[in-house]
Amino acid sequence: MENDPNNILDEVTSGEYKYGFYTDIEMETAPKGLSEDTIRFISAKKNEPEWLLEFRLNAYRKWLSMTEPTWAHLHHPPINYQDIIYYAAPKKKKELASLDEVDPELIETFNKLGISLEEQKRLSGVAVDAVIDSVSVKTTFSETLEKQGIIFCSFSEAVQKVPELVKQYLGTVVPSDDNYFAALNSAVFSDGSFCYIPKGVRCPIELSTYFRINAANTGQFERTLIIGDEGSYVSYMEGCTAPMRDENQLHAAIVEIIALKDAEVKYSTVQNWYPGNKKGEGGIYNFVTKRGICKGNNSKISWTQVETGSAITWKYPSVVLMGDNTVGEFYSVAVTNNYQQADTGTKMIHLGRNTKSTIISKGISAGQSNNSYRGLVKMTKRALNSRNFSQCDSLLLGDKCGAHTFPYIKTENQSSIVEHEATTSKISDDQLFYCNQRGISTESAIGLIVNGYAREVLKQLPMEFAVEAQKLLAISLEGSVG
Amino acid sequence: MLSIKNLRASINGKEILRGINLEIRPGEVHAIMGPNGTGKSTLASVIAGRDIFEIEEGEIIFRGKNLLEMPVEDRASEGIFLSFQYPVEIPGVSITNFMRTAVNEQRKYHGLDPMPANEFLAKMEEKKRMLDIHAKLANRSVNEGFSGGEKKKNEIFQLAMLEPALAILDETDSGLDIDALKVVANGVNKLRRPDNAFLVITHYQRLLDYIVPDIVHVLFDGRIVRSGGKELAMELEEKGYEWIRAEA
Repeated sequence: MENDPNNILDEVTSGEYKYGFYTDIEMETAPKGLSEDTIRFISAKKNEPEWLLEFRLNAYRKWLSMTEPTWAHLHHPPINYQDIIYYAAPKKKKELASLDEVDPELIETFNKLGISLEEQKRLSGVAVDAVIDSVSVKTTFSETLEKQGIIFCSFSEAVQKVPELVKQYLGTVVPSDDNYFAALNSAVFSDGSFCYIPKGVRCPIELSTYFRINAANTGQFERTLIIGDEGSYVSYMEGCTAPMRDENQLHAAIVEIIALKDAEVKYSTVQNWYPGNKKGEGGIYNFVTKRGICKGNNSKISWTQVETGSAITWKYPSVVLMGDNTVGEFYSVAVTNNYQQADTGTKMIHLGRNTKSTIISKGISAGQSNNSYRGLVKMTKRALNSRNFSQCDSLLLGDKCGAHTFPYIKTENQSSIVEHEATTSKISDDQLFYCNQRGISTESAIGLIVNGYAREVLKQLPMEFAVEAQKLLAISLEGSVG
Repeated sequence: MLSIKNLRASINGKEILRGINLEIRPGEVHAIMGPNGTGKSTLASVIAGRDIFEIEEGEIIFRGKNLLEMPVEDRASEGIFLSFQYPVEIPGVSITNFMRTAVNEQRKYHGLDPMPANEFLAKMEEKKRMLDIHAKLANRSVNEGFSGGEKKKNEIFQLAMLEPALAILDETDSGLDIDALKVVANGVNKLRRPDNAFLVITHYQRLLDYIVPDIVHVLFDGRIVRSGGKELAMELEEKGYEWIRAEA
């Protein structure tokens, strides 16, 4: 009758990507292609010290000897790495001292994204470091944070301001030859965010970064380094969007987190890169390496991610539980629609005693998409009395999509406990009828049910993000009937 | 208020309703009784608009509008409420959130702005008090892990919140102990008004001791074979459905 599932599905999946606008800002770009010259160009543009150039060149040489991984449940045409621009920056006129001096076009971009810096600064008390393509534009709130000794700035700035900290920790969690895309990033990373919380300091506000890919044919290779010194606490948020383009754009980022003794770092991200059109053309290829290390005893690292965008997502935010009594958490909602593909999950590597990890993964597939959870839980010999609990749920909307779970468990001691639970479900006609009968349209009902399904993860998000994430989930999926 | 004429409906080619005629006026409570499998729940589902049933013939006019041309959610917004025999679980969705969505979608249908949050919460409190429902119920997920009694109380709570013109109670008494039955029946009685109506579907006369009907219909083999006052329910209870079967 009127609720023909196919019609609704069509209507909804034909919805336009909301963030698909393009900002016409004068850009300064490197020539296309990747070579030692490109890397020297980037390094020189950023006025980097010699050791950092060496770090890049080393990574590049390793990358040349590596091959693209093929083990993921993903399919895409080969990427031509010589056809990408590795550096694009808005042309700088002078140092920006206040928001008033930021390019009005840029401000307009932020307004469209719904993160007007002015508003954010005044109303929400969120410090924002906004990255468009390769250069961090303006970091707000830095002065307030500086009083507490907190350093929150763009990566390039950190290289100039606190080179010893960067040198000490860069590449210590994700070595430059960790994997193909990590090596690529280590060679050409352009900018990103840097965050250092000193001993015993609780960061009083949520730190937030927005990434946006703007220029055509540019890859975005940002690099984030977060260091929580002993006894510190920080909650860090990252959001991503990209304009609509026919061609695929590459995104290969690295995030490294170091938590020293008694420190806690909470990292949340809402990823809404352009997923491509409903025929599967265009969209971002998102190959990201995110890893944290609980280096000191009693430290904690928590990843929360809401993944709704990208044509391809390849991402496994992981925690190395090195210290004793450390805690690693991974909360994930991954949505795929149309022809999107996601292969995402986590690795929990238990090295210390009495370590504990929790994995909650909620996959939602619609359209013709494929959604895979891939996770590793490893209990080493020394990780006595450790525990892991994993729950991997899949929700299918429609009958042309796929959900896959690839859990790997390795235990080398007898005293640790690993639990894994998995479910697959569909939104039932009974649930939809029940909602409809209360006056709730099918679209709203799907949004409601999906948000309910993902609630365990969404409640981990900071308030500002939770609201955005809820809306995103509803927008990217409404109306898909099982 | 509700006028059903010669309604025939089938599922998978099998005819379930074979010519139903029913008139319900504002202020009335109608009961539909009958043995299992005679089409009682089908009638409720067809009025609400469940699309697994094929309408072969007939019409359902509700307050001057042709219900059969409306999607389920519009019928609900027009004032049809179905208290489900088996309410479904919606994990992770709180009753508060569920009800707020329902109330506001119905308001949107009528061209009204969403209800302000404080007004909504005050209404929730009022209805909970009226129905003697524990505060914490509202924070739980819709029907998730609820006992049979809790599910039915939750249905009546939603009924109170949405204030429909016509409430259909589909076997609301099934699976209830006598205390829960009283709570549910008391709730319904408090919600009776001159401008609304109830259609109570039940297998047993027991519920009708508490919700006293104006008119009782006996449904048998897809047709209403007999209608009468509340004494008809007593008669059925005494003689059993065999009596009807013999007559039909």
